[in-house]
Amino acid sequence: MLREIAEKKYEYGFTTDVDTDIIEKGLSEDVVRQISEKKGEPAWLLEFRLKAFRYWQTLEEPTWGHLKMPKIDYQDISYYAAPSTGNSGNSGTIDPELMKTFDKLGIPLEERLALSGMAVDAVMDSVSVKTTFRERLKEKGIIFCSISEAVREHGDLVRQYLGSVVPYRDNFFAALNSAVFSDGSFVYIPKGVRCPMELSTYFRINARGTGQFERTLIVCDDDAYVSYLEGCTAPMRDENQLHAAIVEIVVMENAEVKYSTVQNWYPGDKDGNGGVLNLVTKRGHLRGRNSRLSWTQVETGSAITWKYPSCVLSGDGSQAEFYSVALTNNHQQADTGTKMIHLGKNTKSTIISKGISAGHSQNAYRGLVRVSKDADGARNYSSCDSLLLGSKCGAHTFPYMDVQNPTAVVEHEATTSKISEDQLFYCNQRGIPLEDAVGLIVNGYAKDVLNKLPMEFAAEAQKLLGVSLEGAVG
Amino acid sequence: MLEIRDLHASINGKEILNGISLTIRDGEVHALMGQNGAGKSTLSNIIVGHPAYEVTSGTITFNGKDLLSMAPEERAHLGIFLSFQQPVEIPGVSMTNFMRAALNAKRKAQGLDPLPATEFLKLMRERRKIVDLDSKLANRSVNEGFSGGEKKRNEIFQMAMLEPTFAILDETDSGLDVDALRIVAEGFNKLRRPETSALVITHYQRLLDYLKPDIIHVLIGGKIVHTGGPEVAMMIENNGFDQFIKE
Repeated sequence: MLREIAEKKYEYGFTTDVDTDIIEKGLSEDVVRQISEKKGEPAWLLEFRLKAFRYWQTLEEPTWGHLKMPKIDYQDISYYAAPSTGNSGNSGTIDPELMKTFDKLGIPLEERLALSGMAVDAVMDSVSVKTTFRERLKEKGIIFCSISEAVREHGDLVRQYLGSVVPYRDNFFAALNSAVFSDGSFVYIPKGVRCPMELSTYFRINARGTGQFERTLIVCDDDAYVSYLEGCTAPMRDENQLHAAIVEIVVMENAEVKYSTVQNWYPGDKDGNGGVLNLVTKRGHLRGRNSRLSWTQVETGSAITWKYPSCVLSGDGSQAEFYSVALTNNHQQADTGTKMIHLGKNTKSTIISKGISAGHSQNAYRGLVRVSKDADGARNYSSCDSLLLGSKCGAHTFPYMDVQNPTAVVEHEATTSKISEDQLFYCNQRGIPLEDAVGLIVNGYAKDVLNKLPMEFAAEAQKLLGVSLEGAVG
Repeated sequence: MLEIRDLHASINGKEILNGISLTIRDGEVHALMGQNGAGKSTLSNIIVGHPAYEVTSGTITFNGKDLLSMAPEERAHLGIFLSFQQPVEIPGVSMTNFMRAALNAKRKAQGLDPLPATEFLKLMRERRKIVDLDSKLANRSVNEGFSGGEKKRNEIFQMAMLEPTFAILDETDSGLDVDALRIVAEGFNKLRRPETSALVITHYQRLLDYLKPDIIHVLIGGKIVHTGGPEVAMMIENNGFDQFIKE
């Protein structure tokens, strides 16, 4: 009953017809300078980019992932594409085509139509198209804008934190992003402020032959709180598209950040042609005492996913969580997990990872729990479950532990299970058709993670899990 | 209602049913008795469309419709229900979500809108009482951590929710103590309506004392070797199945 894969639906695979300002393909110091110049950046940022670029040139692509990575020709990619009538962040006029695109994606950019209780920064290709509800947030001293604008308007803040959590020397793709990053979101929540609405960035790749290199920086000051959601889609193209993003989060004393991702980049067709290469570095630094950070991710898209949203727990008593559902179907590959680096005393981390593999896909959890010698009383609980649909897919778990403090308590549990034909038949006999039965079982399996998402998105994510498995059984 | 004609079936190439014919009319309760391996569960699985079994010849019609050409869920939507001999566990899926998916799938097939959440929960509460099913069980994952008796009660609870017109009870009495057997059997009887019918599979007379079948069939070696009234159960209780082999 569980057998081969049929083509699944990807309902975001359309393209938008707008004039796009694209820098010629290729990567050189000159291109880095051009990007910086187009964005009118200050000298310090150009310097940052150039240092990153020079360092990147000395690096090789990492090969340790459990992934078959297609060869990426970095000279055959355009590093900057801007819909020419989009404008960076502000009111002004927006091309109706762009408005329509985001409407179609369910992200209305007119505030009167917007989801109540959520502000959105909409990014297409290399630039931010519009950020909603800025004025309302400003009243509370909250800054939510594109990072390009933040560089212009809040240069000191950006300069202070950019690269402080993910330095450009971190890894190959981080160095690349630091050299050529185009746009992304900047968030600053001042001391003692509880952000009154969800903040959200919606990323859309549109132009052909371009890479997307966005950069997100979130700073949550003492006693502040913010919940942030990231969503993303791309057109269906038969070529691979490179997406190498960085997300940096700084969490100060008693502050709390919740970061949720619903990743639905185009996964490629059923034979594994095309799809986004999602090579992302995400990290949060829990700097202050009793700071809290949670990453929640639902990963259903991309041909290849390589990402490890991580937490550095410096502040004593800080708490970090990682909740992940990674679903792969057809020929998708995912190597994803987290790193929990315990530096402060009495720090606590929780890892709940749920992998779902179908078709010919490969799905790996890779996680590191490190407890430094000063991290007295550190605790970690990790639980990594894998669910297999069919017999041609793979699930892998690579847990690493490095515990240097004898008072630490580190627990790890792992399970692998299959959806059995008996379970499906039981559902069928009760009148539930096959695909609904798979959706029901998969959502049940993933619910501990889905429950962590903001309510509106939990429902979306549930639907997405069902849609992504369409054709996975038959 | 249900009409089986000269049914032959096999699993993994091994023939299990050798020409079964059986007619169950509206309102009738039939019992099917026989030793282990006689083909009782094979027959019930084929009626509900389990994909592991292959029908090599013969027909099954349900109210005139050709059952064998239908998907299992379509048969369920027609009102066919199987109380499984060994109900499977589905971790992570709450009984509430499971029942809602099942009920609304059936309503959809009938062209009805999904039942509003409050009405659905009210129905859950009402029907739970029929088999004395604990409310805690209804909030747990499907059959997960249920005792053998609780699983069987849960099957009858699902039957109460879905209100089938034709139910198969596949050894619903196995693994039940006397009290649980009574609850399950009385629950089943409460659900009977004049037009509903059932096929009850069992080794023992005790369940039949409660259910009072109209007709009892004896299945041996994939064939019905004897059909009679309620007295057949007593004959088996006293003299075993061997008496029918000679026929």
